[in-house]
Amino acid sequence: MSASNTRERGAAIDIMGATKRYGNFTALDDVSLHIEPGEFMTLLGPSGSGKTTTLNVVAGFTDLTSGDLAVGGKSIVALPAHKRNIGVVFQHYALFPHMTVGKNVAYPLTLRGMDKQARDRLVVRALDMVKMADFAHRYPSELSGGQQQRVALARAIVFDPPLLLMDEPLGALDKKLREWLQLEIKRIHRELGTTFVYVTHDQEEALVLSDRIAVFNQGRIEQVGTGRQLYDEPTTLFVAKFIGESTSLRGAAQTSGNETSLTIAGQKIVAGGKLAGGRKPVVLLRPEKLSLAGTNTPPASGQNSLTGEVSEAIYLGSGSKYQVTLRDGSVAIVRSSLEATPFSIGDTVDLRWSVVDAKLLADDDRADMTMT
Amino acid sequence: MSRTSHTLSAGGENARPAGTVQGPQRRLRLAAYPSLLAMPALLLLIAAMGYPLLTVTLRSFSDPAWGLQNYVWFFSTPVNVTVLWRTFSIAAWVTIVCVIAAYPYAYLMTAVGPRLRLVLILCVLVPFWVSGVVRTLAWVILLQDSGIINSVIRLLGFDGVKLIRTQTGVVIGMAQVLLPFMILPLYSVMRGIDLRLVQAARSLGARQARAFLQIYLPLSLPGVFAGAIIVFILSLGFYITPALLGGPRSTMLSTLVQSQVLSLLNWGRGGAMGVVLLVATFVLLALAAPLMRQRHKQASRS
Repeated sequence: MSASNTRERGAAIDIMGATKRYGNFTALDDVSLHIEPGEFMTLLGPSGSGKTTTLNVVAGFTDLTSGDLAVGGKSIVALPAHKRNIGVVFQHYALFPHMTVGKNVAYPLTLRGMDKQARDRLVVRALDMVKMADFAHRYPSELSGGQQQRVALARAIVFDPPLLLMDEPLGALDKKLREWLQLEIKRIHRELGTTFVYVTHDQEEALVLSDRIAVFNQGRIEQVGTGRQLYDEPTTLFVAKFIGESTSLRGAAQTSGNETSLTIAGQKIVAGGKLAGGRKPVVLLRPEKLSLAGTNTPPASGQNSLTGEVSEAIYLGSGSKYQVTLRDGSVAIVRSSLEATPFSIGDTVDLRWSVVDAKLLADDDRADMTMT
Repeated sequence: MSRTSHTLSAGGENARPAGTVQGPQRRLRLAAYPSLLAMPALLLLIAAMGYPLLTVTLRSFSDPAWGLQNYVWFFSTPVNVTVLWRTFSIAAWVTIVCVIAAYPYAYLMTAVGPRLRLVLILCVLVPFWVSGVVRTLAWVILLQDSGIINSVIRLLGFDGVKLIRTQTGVVIGMAQVLLPFMILPLYSVMRGIDLRLVQAARSLGARQARAFLQIYLPLSLPGVFAGAIIVFILSLGFYITPALLGGPRSTMLSTLVQSQVLSLLNWGRGGAMGVVLLVATFVLLALAAPLMRQRHKQASRS
């Protein structure tokens, strides 16, 4: 019941062909994205990929060179920032240092000409929601980073905006606090039903928080999908490498019919389907899809096998993680369960995987540049 | 390797009992009394400020005879009181003009790129490198009845304006000389203001002007106060500019002091004027302090 009720409070966002150029530099290149009402959408990407520009464009801090923006079906592109009624949470909190916590949170209500009684009620409610009600009379400088960010969040939601933008709000906090606040943000999103657009470069954070993730790279959106879709079905090598760990294999490719195979250091593997446009293929493998076997055991049917040497073996408690250096010099990352036969550094092993678990993608040198 | 370190530490241990008397103590001295670092400046201040000030104060009570006669003279002579009042009023005007001129300039310095900022800083500093007398003479040329400003005004068909030897002329000249003392503290405060605060205010629904008035302006006030105090106090003691640009109706206290001491050799009366100015300044600062302290406290919370 509450679900359908709260969902109405969030607004749908449509970004249509958004382009932003600074002289010769294109910060946003024809970005289009639809966000459902009440959805938690994360814009994920390395720095300079256009995710923060997108946020600034929606907030009204940056003008578009071309394209359109709509919130709840109405174009807001011509509206100045102060008329957009969008909550924004900044990375460095941006609390007004000369106002108390209470005054900070009341500020948007004061601007809307609300009388003191109604204002106080909403301020208390918003501070309660972020568990900061006892701090209303403190000044921001008397609070820790995590507390300041919770106050900033309260200030951004107190006027009940249909859309909340968050620009790496946890970026300046330490890991433990960050993990706790992630859960807080998730809870607040659930309780409010507001549409959240969240910018981060941390893929783990994106996976924890989001309904869907839009992966940005060089001013474009590479792929939009749930965390699972991005992990299991990446459409580009960049996305595959940005989300989670992976091993990519390259080699001389032959295509016969609908099947591509690669030859890597003299060993032939079946790579799966066929790439359109005859682009150079890469085989992408997730660590948990790979297994290790002694070179004397034959591979099962439908399995590929490549010989290499264990160059790192890490015991993780729940399992083990291996680095295997293949004969062509590339390194594979393998995660194996506790039941699997253990190997140690220097062992010659066969790297095995089912053909269906491999992902065939077009090679792309941009993907490597950004991942180091 | 391990042997050397062993012998070293052994030597250190051996040396310690003897060393506690001299060695370590000696090295500790400067660290224990960091106030010693201020000694050169303190000595200079005592020699060049404290001693003369003490002499002046003493002589104001003792020259030509012990008593309050110099102060009685000062306050019973209407001209002196008028000039004292005028000195404060000119200083206040100069401060106001400086705030109005410096505020947008300092803001611009924070908003432009590094290269343009350097140009703007140079524009502020270059006048510092030109002697005050030369600058004031330049103002004489500009402000005089047949000067550029009046020529332009007449060309436009208006009557000429009397600028030289008026209070307006003095304020213009002094404001120009003192402007850097307003711009620099303002700039240093404004540079520390996070412009995202203004963005935040806008996202919360504040128009540009309102965001400025409610967020940026209050945060920049410490700079305004710091600059205003410097400019105001420096104005009170200004001598060259009012002497060259002013007339008899814009005499400031320093000119009167000069004529008492150097022309009339009346050290007692000159000293009394100085003391009156000093005390009046302190009283004024004491009155303004609570207001400013509050602002400072708020801004330092950033």
